[in-house]
Amino acid sequence: MTNLTLSKAINQGLRRALEDDPKVMIMGEDVGRLGGVFRVTDGLQKDFGEHRVMDTPLAESGIIGTAIGLALRGYRPVCEIQFDGFVFPATDQIVSQLAKMHYRSQGKVKLPVVIRIPFGGGIGAVEHHSESPEVFFAHTAGLRVVACADAADAFAMIQLAIASDDPVIFFEPKRRYWDKGEVDTAAPLEDALPLDQARIVVAGDDVTVLSYGPLVRTCAEAASAARDDGRSIEVIDLRSLSPLDMETIAASVSRTGRCVVTHEAPVYAGLGAEIAARVTERCFYQLEAPVLRVGGFATPYPPARMEDHYLPDLDRILDAVDRTFNF
Amino acid sequence: MTVETGGATTVAPQDSELIQLLTPEGERIENPDYPLGDVDLKGMYRDMVLVRRIDTEAIALQRQGELGIWASLLGQEAAQIGSGRALSPRDMAFPSYREHGVAWCRGLDPVRLLELFRGVTSGAWDPEEHKFHLYTIVIGDQTLHATGYAMGIQRDTAEDEAVIVYFGDGATSQGDVSEAFAWASVYNTPVVFFCQNNQYAISAPQERQSRVPLYHRSRGFGFPGVRVDGNDVLACYAVTKQALRAAHEGQGPTLIEAFTYRMGAHTTTDDPTRYRLASELEAWRLRDPIERVRSYLARSGQANAAFFEQIEAEAAELGARIRAACRELPDPPPMAVFDHVYTGANAILDAERADYEAYLDGFEEAAR
Repeated sequence: MTNLTLSKAINQGLRRALEDDPKVMIMGEDVGRLGGVFRVTDGLQKDFGEHRVMDTPLAESGIIGTAIGLALRGYRPVCEIQFDGFVFPATDQIVSQLAKMHYRSQGKVKLPVVIRIPFGGGIGAVEHHSESPEVFFAHTAGLRVVACADAADAFAMIQLAIASDDPVIFFEPKRRYWDKGEVDTAAPLEDALPLDQARIVVAGDDVTVLSYGPLVRTCAEAASAARDDGRSIEVIDLRSLSPLDMETIAASVSRTGRCVVTHEAPVYAGLGAEIAARVTERCFYQLEAPVLRVGGFATPYPPARMEDHYLPDLDRILDAVDRTFNF
Repeated sequence: MTVETGGATTVAPQDSELIQLLTPEGERIENPDYPLGDVDLKGMYRDMVLVRRIDTEAIALQRQGELGIWASLLGQEAAQIGSGRALSPRDMAFPSYREHGVAWCRGLDPVRLLELFRGVTSGAWDPEEHKFHLYTIVIGDQTLHATGYAMGIQRDTAEDEAVIVYFGDGATSQGDVSEAFAWASVYNTPVVFFCQNNQYAISAPQERQSRVPLYHRSRGFGFPGVRVDGNDVLACYAVTKQALRAAHEGQGPTLIEAFTYRMGAHTTTDDPTRYRLASELEAWRLRDPIERVRSYLARSGQANAAFFEQIEAEAAELGARIRAACRELPDPPPMAVFDHVYTGANAILDAERADYEAYLDGFEEAAR
């Protein structure tokens, strides 16, 4: 076991993927000499060379478009989009090309491209640096969309994403990059939890709280606080946003009878809406209360001095938990 | 400042740099920069006549309701057959959606194209088998795919391989095309950008896209651009051959602007009489890419009446074959809608598939 920050754990996962498969390559803005603005790719270009860890021109559509071409040639590109709000220039290549090529070609073309995106707020950034665009991609058939939440899981998840023959949008909780955790860097990948499965982070009996990415830690903290009040919260880290692991979700909610979903992205037409609908279909007779959602407001991401109001925090999550007991 | 409001395009570009090896009247011009070795001009003639027949049949099939839509290549046969024949078997081609002539050169059965325009598939041929990528309909996207593919060739140190990518005059306004130019330039990738300037992006004339000749666009990116008579199959062949040679030799990208004309509608849904004059089309008819080759072959004694009759018979036979094959294309089975979204299992999609299958089975049970 090694104590690593989340960013270093991803770095170690990338390093292992580069070592294991000569077709894996990393590309993006400032990922080489600088090691990425969050240093996630630190040291990789020095060890694997400019052909495998490539500083690209400053053009997001170009990054994804050429990654598609490289994948057609047999490579496995891992692209970095520097910040969540900068992915939109690449949306056409992601949605119209990357997601659909396998379908259009009736399986003759596989595009094993990973797109890493640091996402979410809470770091006091200027606009376009704190967004949560995951639903745009979850809504797009042909993509897998995942979010990691802690160091140990991130180490495995990035390798699983690279090994996937489907394109994967890989969200990294940027405000948790510096959170440390114990990582078993010698663990075989075969033993890792599959990429499309959710995991129970905190076991509980009274209410299920679902989240992913940066809010998983917040939910765990909420569960601790609630325990002091005699309330047992089960916290589930979804990990995969597309597809959703409805088996794990429905099994939990069927037991607890209550469900709260929380994410930083706006509540309106967010992932929570999809989950609420599916939980209602699957667990209708077990539910003691409607599925409640806690998330960003129907506003643009606000300036940093207001972001604490926008971001779901421990209190807002517990407030929703309380409300599920008032029906 | 004056505001241009579209209008007629020049039939013959004023630029003295236009490369031409066979005039519209069928006269051979020697150009020391583009020496022609042994070229199979009769074969090129045959290809052009056959792809024009494919085009004619497809338009008719659309009118009969057998195809949903068709994008005609009428007038662009020389640009496509000349460049397509310049490719070596190992070179990779990335088409837009009108490159039926290039598809022909890559050995793709035209019925595969009809499947796409009929709505049976989205063009599900194997790109690597034919070294011909899937048609790309979003304008300009494929220029980045081609550039990325060429970056892969560099990494594989495969010196005998290069990439050609087709796009139109309208595409030069797309950001992705500029990005592809930038990437190809800074990485010096083995890619040929083949722009068929057919003068119109649906209704918008070329002057709505650019104030400079399109082949000048590459200069600002730091690689050469040439303008070729796109209705001259020999010139298109020679210029493409030279650009591919440069790519193979590590000299990086070239932009080729094939100056041509879309003699038909943008697609079968379009009505070009709303935006261009009949006189313009008449002027371009005199520059027909096939007629000049026919004149030259006949006048130089390389082909006789029997040759031309034989090609006509072959075209009629091909037309009959694809017409029949198109009509026989079956609709895919309903459950095929779910196939190949992902490479493996996907819980959400798999559940939808199972639900829909059960729903359909319900009708069968009710009918029993």
